[in-house]
Amino acid sequence: MQTPNIAIECHHVAVVFRNRTSEQQVLDHLDISVPRGQIVSLLGPSGCGKSTLLRVVAGLITPASGAITIEGKSVEASRDKLAFVFQEAALLPWRTVWQNVMLPWEIRGAQSGSKQPTPSKDQLREAIEKTLTLVGFKPTDWHKKPSQLSGGMKMRASIARALITQPNILLLDEPFAALDDMLRSKLNDLLLEIVSQTGCTMLFVTHNISEAIYLSHRVAVMSHGKIADTIDVDLPFPRESGVRGTPAFAGLYGQVAESLARSNP
Amino acid sequence: MNRTPPLWLRVLAPIAVFGLVAAIWHLAVVLFRIPPVILPKPEAVISALWSERWTLLKGSWVTLQASMLGLLCSAIVGCTVAILFSQSSLLRTALYPYVIFLQTVPIVAIAPLLIIWSGTEFRTVVLVSCIISVFPIISNVTSGLLSIDENHLDLFRMQSASRWKTLLKLRIPSAIPNLVLGLRISCGLSVIGAIVGELFVANSGAYDGLGTIMNAMQANLKTAALMAAIMACTLLGILLFLFVQFLGAVVLRKWTRDAGFEAP
Repeated sequence: MQTPNIAIECHHVAVVFRNRTSEQQVLDHLDISVPRGQIVSLLGPSGCGKSTLLRVVAGLITPASGAITIEGKSVEASRDKLAFVFQEAALLPWRTVWQNVMLPWEIRGAQSGSKQPTPSKDQLREAIEKTLTLVGFKPTDWHKKPSQLSGGMKMRASIARALITQPNILLLDEPFAALDDMLRSKLNDLLLEIVSQTGCTMLFVTHNISEAIYLSHRVAVMSHGKIADTIDVDLPFPRESGVRGTPAFAGLYGQVAESLARSNP
Repeated sequence: MNRTPPLWLRVLAPIAVFGLVAAIWHLAVVLFRIPPVILPKPEAVISALWSERWTLLKGSWVTLQASMLGLLCSAIVGCTVAILFSQSSLLRTALYPYVIFLQTVPIVAIAPLLIIWSGTEFRTVVLVSCIISVFPIISNVTSGLLSIDENHLDLFRMQSASRWKTLLKLRIPSAIPNLVLGLRISCGLSVIGAIVGELFVANSGAYDGLGTIMNAMQANLKTAALMAAIMACTLLGILLFLFVQFLGAVVLRKWTRDAGFEAP
């Protein structure tokens, strides 16, 4: 039986990428579970399978073997409850910010088989306004096209689009990799704010150690398609940027860095 | 070293070349006593352009209509075929060789056949224009519909989007710049197609596009007028190209409000 307090449960998940000449075990019978309302960061070098794991959880890749349960149900049955934030903001360039944020509902809207009731026009407008405000958009920027926005603003719009369907689980694939440190730390705080307001569970892929520690309850270090190590981050919530300067943070940083180096020689 | 020359030079230099060529042309005709039926003097061509202006304008108008209609047809047919191709790889594999066949068959060779089938009429000219200009639309729009950003596709998959929704809200909007690019290539071809069609429709009396007019001029050995008509054809092609270029720029700008998302 599943414990209802587990949001994401992966059991012996294996993924193999094949091409004509070779076979690569991208995920090697991996186990991980994420408790509800927690933030877990997946940390590891390029090619260790962290993005693949995220895609498996999202249902974008079907594993060769193993089982994934989302809040006790199959991935297909929980799609409505999942949202994905891509590495590049992946906004549709011909749509305004507003229209981009509306898109998930537009796709779901008329479609049958959707479990969540479709919001009315007014409800939707209110939800978009609320979400855009939450991620830090001024009303003057609501109707701009992505080409008129900075990288940080594009990412904020992308996060808003993920939040608009009120997901229980947010999956983020190196969302801030292309941003500078200042912006990255601002958006980290925004994510923490969002989690505290919505109670989302979050699986966060990154290759930045400091970001992984700052954001999460737990850091999972990956290596060659497996979880090599998990490190609990016992820093208090709510977190503020000041915590980055504390000895406790530095200690965790050393611990994670050492684990990363040990498992990925 | 590769400095752009000043504006006056960029305007004057081509004009000077034109003057030089005209002067050599004129001298050659005088020196070698070339009969005007073979090569008229440049000033004779200019004066023919003037004296035949109404015939040429009327012909250009008819040819313009034929090529624009031909281009419109290829846009409609091309987009429809491209959408079908994007939805079925079986259809694509089965039919693409024939689309290439359409591109490689010399249109000049099948034009007489089309006239037997469809008659010496306006619609035949439009048909020839369409056949010759449809390929760039099909190939460009198909590639636009198929080369979609993986993240965008994943975004739609995450919402369990139907094939229809993905086509309507993702593939077709993504392919708009490719359509504009295809139209840019096709517009020149559509003019060529219309004129080729008209050359074959010939002197039926029922039709008077630039091509048919040129046929008559050739038969009557009106060489200066014929050269003037060739100039009219060229101008017509440029006109249509500029129109499509302008239309494309407006559409693309509106599509993405400038910057960041250029035509591929």
